Amino acid sequence: MSEIRVVLPAHLKNLAKVNGEVLLNVPGLLCQRTLLDALEERFPALRGTIRDRATGRRRAFIRFYACEQDLSNEPPDAPLPPDVAAAIAARKDPFMVVGAMAGG
Amino acid sequence: MTQVRVLAGTRKGAFVLTSDGKRDKWSITGPHFGGWEVYHLKGSPVDANRIWASVSTGWFGQVIQRSDDGGLTWEPVGNDFSYASDPGQHIWYDGTPRPFEFKRIWHLEPSGSDADLVYAGAEDAALYRSADGGASWTELTGLRTHPSATTWPPGAGGLCLHTLILQGPRIIAAISSAGAFRSDDSGQTWKPINRGLVSGEIPDNDAEVGHCVHHIEAHPTRPDTLFMQKHWDVCRSDDAGENWTEVSGNLPSDFGFPIAVHPHEPETIYVVPITSDSLHYPPDGRLRVYRSRSGGGEWEPLTAGLPQENCYVNVYRDAMAVDTLDEAGIYFGTTGGQVYVGTDSGDTWSPIARDLPAVLSVEVQVLP
Repeated sequence: MSEIRVVLPAHLKNLAKVNGEVLLNVPGLLCQRTLLDALEERFPALRGTIRDRATGRRRAFIRFYACEQDLSNEPPDAPLPPDVAAAIAARKDPFMVVGAMAGG
Repeated sequence: MTQVRVLAGTRKGAFVLTSDGKRDKWSITGPHFGGWEVYHLKGSPVDANRIWASVSTGWFGQVIQRSDDGGLTWEPVGNDFSYASDPGQHIWYDGTPRPFEFKRIWHLEPSGSDADLVYAGAEDAALYRSADGGASWTELTGLRTHPSATTWPPGAGGLCLHTLILQGPRIIAAISSAGAFRSDDSGQTWKPINRGLVSGEIPDNDAEVGHCVHHIEAHPTRPDTLFMQKHWDVCRSDDAGENWTEVSGNLPSDFGFPIAVHPHEPETIYVVPITSDSLHYPPDGRLRVYRSRSGGGEWEPLTAGLPQENCYVNVYRDAMAVDTLDEAGIYFGTTGGQVYVGTDSGDTWSPIARDLPAVLSVEVQVLP
């Protein structure tokens, strides 16, 4: 079990009714899927807003960043890179869910 | 004291506009869900304080919000709009088959007898039903799996199910650009109801399906009489959609999106003519509502209080509504962010909001 920091974009903070960062317990291996499963378990209102309901894939205009790295296109079940996982697990850096730059 | 509540869905959130029965002084709250597109808001006829909102963005997808206190506070409810069977395919813009794929909810239609029951029309065209206050949604697959569905092409706004009329076990639905459909068994099975429609934009002008129906309305006391604003043409049916007749008459343009029926005069109807399918603004830059007191055919322009020069807004299909007060109010919202009311059946108009984001939908509630 890892307790990590998660940063949500403003609209999803409103939807989840949280302010600031979220502290989240993630069981088992740290990867996108376990992390997002834990996030949605705690905040059911976020289901479908980060990952498509039908396909389970990251929505097109969502990005995942941590430790200045873009993890968006990593396989959902792949362990986070060791340096990222260590920094997140130590809560030195947050896992960031970001609304992509799109539109004007 | 009687209160009127106008629910406006916009490109950047929802707004609730309230007034007493005089409808001359309005207060506005919002934006609710600021930054989200609110395709439609509608209150329950059973419990006026229960309001449903379809809220979406390209970033975060579809959310359904529900208020149980007249729009003061909101809670997200279920947003799992999974297909209940194989998605199947429709026709894409390039003529190739393409799987049905959920994109958003265009229209919410609460039941007239059960506050927990609500229907939702989706893009790509599919019909959903929730019987538990929106916690869960079940697709009524009979429409999406109709044999004609493989031939349905999207309209310019997508393959959207945008119109739902509930008449007991009978449901009327309209899809751009498949046409109108009717179920007589609470949504289990469906038949196209497009006989008499003529559309010059499709190869077979009077095909059974493929018409770009923009909106349909019916008066509650005349369920068999349906009024339609099609891509081009205003039409009526007096046999629940079995046959349609064009009633465009002397309209300056019969292209448009909304159509409304007077609450106390079932043969009085309203449209907002738009120049053409390529010029989505009023003819001559003059915003005119047209009223027919004869169920179509003969139309009069209603201009008092509306801009009569340099006006290039549009009025979307769900952005016109009526109240039920004795002196009936007609309401519509524009892509320029104005919401207008005509409290004398539309003889004169007043803006009740001028600078909202582009208005996508307008609904009205009268509270005792």
